[in-house]
Amino acid sequence: MTQQTTEPPTSALDLAEEFLDRTTPLSRIRNTLHRYPAISPALVLVLAVIVFGLLNDRFLNPANLSLITQQVAVVGTLAVAQTLIILTAGIDLSVGAVMVLSSMVMAQTSVQLGLPGILAIVLGLVVGLAAGALNGFLVTRLKLPPFIVTLGTLSIFVALTLLYSGGATVRGAEMPELLTAMGATFTIGGVNFTVGVLMMLVLYVVISLILAKTAWGRHVYAVGDDPEAARLAGISVNRVLMSVYLAAGAILALGAWIQIGRTNAASPNAGAELNLDSITAVVIGGTSLFGGRGTVWGTLLGALIVGVFRNGLSLAGLDVLWQTFAVGVLIVVAVSVDQWIRKVRK
Amino acid sequence: MTTATDAAGQVPAAGPAETRTPILSARRLVKTFGRVVGLDGVSLELYPGEVLAIIGDNGAGKSTLIKCLTGAEIPDEGEIFLDGKPVHFKRPQDARAAGIETVYQNLAVSPALDVATNLFLGREERKRGILGSVFRIVDQKGMREKARNELRALGISTLQDVTVPVENLSGGQRQAVAVARAAAFGSKVVVLDEPTAALGVRESNQVLELIRNLRDRGIPVILISHNMPHVFDVADRIHIQRLGKRAATITPESHTMTDAVAIMTGALRA
Repeated sequence: MTQQTTEPPTSALDLAEEFLDRTTPLSRIRNTLHRYPAISPALVLVLAVIVFGLLNDRFLNPANLSLITQQVAVVGTLAVAQTLIILTAGIDLSVGAVMVLSSMVMAQTSVQLGLPGILAIVLGLVVGLAAGALNGFLVTRLKLPPFIVTLGTLSIFVALTLLYSGGATVRGAEMPELLTAMGATFTIGGVNFTVGVLMMLVLYVVISLILAKTAWGRHVYAVGDDPEAARLAGISVNRVLMSVYLAAGAILALGAWIQIGRTNAASPNAGAELNLDSITAVVIGGTSLFGGRGTVWGTLLGALIVGVFRNGLSLAGLDVLWQTFAVGVLIVVAVSVDQWIRKVRK
Repeated sequence: MTTATDAAGQVPAAGPAETRTPILSARRLVKTFGRVVGLDGVSLELYPGEVLAIIGDNGAGKSTLIKCLTGAEIPDEGEIFLDGKPVHFKRPQDARAAGIETVYQNLAVSPALDVATNLFLGREERKRGILGSVFRIVDQKGMREKARNELRALGISTLQDVTVPVENLSGGQRQAVAVARAAAFGSKVVVLDEPTAALGVRESNQVLELIRNLRDRGIPVILISHNMPHVFDVADRIHIQRLGKRAATITPESHTMTDAVAIMTGALRA
């Protein structure tokens, strides 16, 4: 080994010190947030729970906490798909529409065609994968911006849902039991949880492990961070993007199943707000809209924050419009924080 | 200064280089873009254990030459030999698979990913056993350890924390990561495209030191640069392109910087 002569060898510690020397307390905070983007949503969530708990005794009731988790289950699941896509610097406006289409296929094929539940779920999964494949094809082959692609497919999927279902809601009682299984409850420490909530948590664990521990996960980040650098490193950018849209489609089908359990029905008119709510959860969770930065755990925090705000504000007796107002403020603040964090020294 | 030219109007390489076998050589490469002649019969030899600089004015054919050698362009005529065997690169991946690694200016690293992840990007190593084969878990610990060793072997002592995101590094350190990645995987030749163009004095010196270390480890380097002091500092031989041809191959000992610039601009006929 040749000793470098231009400057004395520095250890990682020295490097860190040199790094810190130039910083003010504020930029030190910024650097910490930059490295661990889930810190700020975690703080917001803890604060929100404390404040809402003080404002209203009922907020911390087991029954109410259980309700919040159930309200978060569907959007939390969709937000995982959204996180994967946003990590690649894309965006998917059609997640809610795909979920509803998939849920209607599950419900209709089991009720009208009399298919067994497992087959209906598989068909719903196929629909989710097909929708992901269409989005992925348009993004990777026709090189269209994901925003435009999914704006278009959003309308297509909404229309297909209504055409296919005739606008009719299918009740859970008519369906095979397996389809509504996600609504079954169990109790831990006095709090009721649904199987759907458990499934969502399992999904978070699995996807976070895949993102952190596999080459594919690293490639997802690399593609979102700098597609040209990823290409030069020998990564097939299009293949990674396609796989991300397919994975998102599969996750949305799982979301459809959870949604049927949650509402004990499959309604073609559900989920219109879920398209944007999933993006909200991702953004509040500290994932950058510019790609390559963020975690699914941040997204879970983001989904919980939205759920806690909506629930807490409604318990505080405020008009539902103030919930919407508060979520809007959260988004703007979250994106501003992200911009500020990204200004870490180049 | 006035070196004898051979029949092709080219200066024979100085020193004992001719008696060795080149690891990479190009013979009479021609590349045209419509009516524009990018390369007009250029030959080049890179010998084991040397730093060969390629200099030339804008439009002299430097980048076209490099693109042909690294698979980014396919020459119309001429031959390229690696280890004495003819090679035909259709894509950059072909050249990389054959052992020619290129470090592109400012393009090679993913800012949000850490140093070790960048070094192994696109060729991650998986854990042994079922975790790696079935669950496809990457061997993060092993890759970090290897990354540390690689950087140490290259004498990049300022960069031992391989878990730092690349965007937190200085320009010179980033370049070091890119060079380390190029050198890390048993490559035969490393091509550096303007590695010091965006760097300050101190950082440039670090990169030049890195180039020497690469050479000392037996990896020959092709260095494309506009910076004459850097070229004369680090190169063993200097290939001068002019108007799509090799105007001369000189050494820092045989010629001065002024001579080199004169040959580049045509003021001095080598």
